[in-house]
Amino acid sequence: MSRTILQGHAGIGKAVTAEALVARDNFSARYDLDRIKGVFSRPAHALCGENYVGKVLVLNIAKGGVATAWMLHEMMSRDMAPAALLLNYANPIIAQGAAFAGFTLIDRFESDITQSIQTGDVIHVDPAAGTVTIGE
Amino acid sequence: MKLNDYEQAMLAGEYGEPRRRALAQQIEIGDFFDAEDFVEVAQAHIMADTESLGEAGVSFLEDLAKGSAEECKVRIPTITDPRGADFNAYQRINHDPAYVALERRAVDAFRALGVLMTDTCINYQTVMAPVRGEHLAMGDTGVVIYSNAVLGARTNYEGGPSALAAAMTGRTARYGFHLDQHRRGTVRFVVEKQPSDWCNWGILGGIIGRAMRSYFDVPVIEGLDGLKPTSDDLKHFGAAMASFGSSALFHIPGVTPEAPDLKSVFDGVPPEPTVINADTIDTFMTSYGVADDHLDVVVFAAPQLSLLELQRLAGLLEGQKLEGSVALIAATNPENKSAADRMGLTASIEGSGAILLEGVCFYQMHARELGEANGWTRLMTNSAKLSNIIGGYGYEPVLADMERCVKSAIAGRIV
Repeated sequence: MSRTILQGHAGIGKAVTAEALVARDNFSARYDLDRIKGVFSRPAHALCGENYVGKVLVLNIAKGGVATAWMLHEMMSRDMAPAALLLNYANPIIAQGAAFAGFTLIDRFESDITQSIQTGDVIHVDPAAGTVTIGE
Repeated sequence: MKLNDYEQAMLAGEYGEPRRRALAQQIEIGDFFDAEDFVEVAQAHIMADTESLGEAGVSFLEDLAKGSAEECKVRIPTITDPRGADFNAYQRINHDPAYVALERRAVDAFRALGVLMTDTCINYQTVMAPVRGEHLAMGDTGVVIYSNAVLGARTNYEGGPSALAAAMTGRTARYGFHLDQHRRGTVRFVVEKQPSDWCNWGILGGIIGRAMRSYFDVPVIEGLDGLKPTSDDLKHFGAAMASFGSSALFHIPGVTPEAPDLKSVFDGVPPEPTVINADTIDTFMTSYGVADDHLDVVVFAAPQLSLLELQRLAGLLEGQKLEGSVALIAATNPENKSAADRMGLTASIEGSGAILLEGVCFYQMHARELGEANGWTRLMTNSAKLSNIIGGYGYEPVLADMERCVKSAIAGRIV
């Protein structure tokens, strides 16, 4: 299998390898998630009903309120968090939450990240380099 | 990031480990957004309801508060966003006492840190209005967009952990809306169907917010300058825009302080506008249509109600009785609740059987569990922001103006 390396802005958190869950939709922990069950719960969300725990979420932009900044930390404390978040554009809340929780985040890729990765791809996320590697 | 002598000393641990850790976290955020340095901030505003904090967040605050005052107390005036429980009224809404106990622990920790428990998302209407050009670390999207757009202050969204870090260091990384270049218009709208009440201002904000492509988009809206919008109009407008999008600033030429006219708010030729007309609003409202007239609860919150909103609600409920099974809940901050008590507004509202909560907001107080405890699914509100949020908590939102919401609560069904 060939390798594809996607370049974004240098991110936050540790390097992780996990399976991707991808949609051309946006992200807010408060608005979109049932954090107890670990599933997307907002009916209008493209991933409604999908389990996100341990997955690398690949979405368009951060939307909604400020609660995500605490919620990433809270979800990680219960081992009910995604493995990482890749966005076309983060907002300060996502970055602040990632810095507080030690959560893995990269954004600002050279092309639309939601079109570059497919659900089920196993990907390696390296925030220090700002890269995502698909394949072996 | 460039650090001055004071910041270098703080990063070296000379002011204690908690402040060192706070500054290090702020540097990480600053690097993420390519900030060159820090800017001192005059106030911090912390969102930290216990639904967001959870046990892990509350324990973090308690551990922090165990330190000495020299190491841990906040260095600038620091206030709070709505709490996750109303200690005086939680039993009336079947709020789980376990959550209330968690909330008490969080409040004790914040007080030990020197935080003023204002418990409000309308501090700009109640506590102390920001001033044009003032750098702040505000921790509620509605507060941020109002402070930036309506008052001309300068703040990014500061989530709870980073607002707390700013409170402890007295500064925040200088990026985003602290910088002149990010305060220029980037997107243009022309409104042809002008809003006539708070609900419609929220709908308009929601439509614009939904169209935003990133946090750094700044919409400029024409067609509103003849309306002379009030603080409550712009509160609902901005709160919805921030909720549906991730917006922190807008300009209305002729109304907001950094937009004396259209040309001066854009760099170069203004872009072609998107028109918002009656069809646009009808399309938006189809998201909130329901199949029947069943109703469980009516909520006025998000943002908390101003004194003038409470006055209107009291007028609509004066002498009325909620005879059916539909609950009516309104939320405001402690200052307005006290004023409403004193002015007889609370008596008019609660005399109908409605409940006026203080220091909370509906979606920030374990809304999913409240719904399950009370059998609430169909929720009617005049808040476009709340209608956007509450679907994820298992509710089916219906959006209508305050008068129709009250009539429906009294009738026991959607009218």
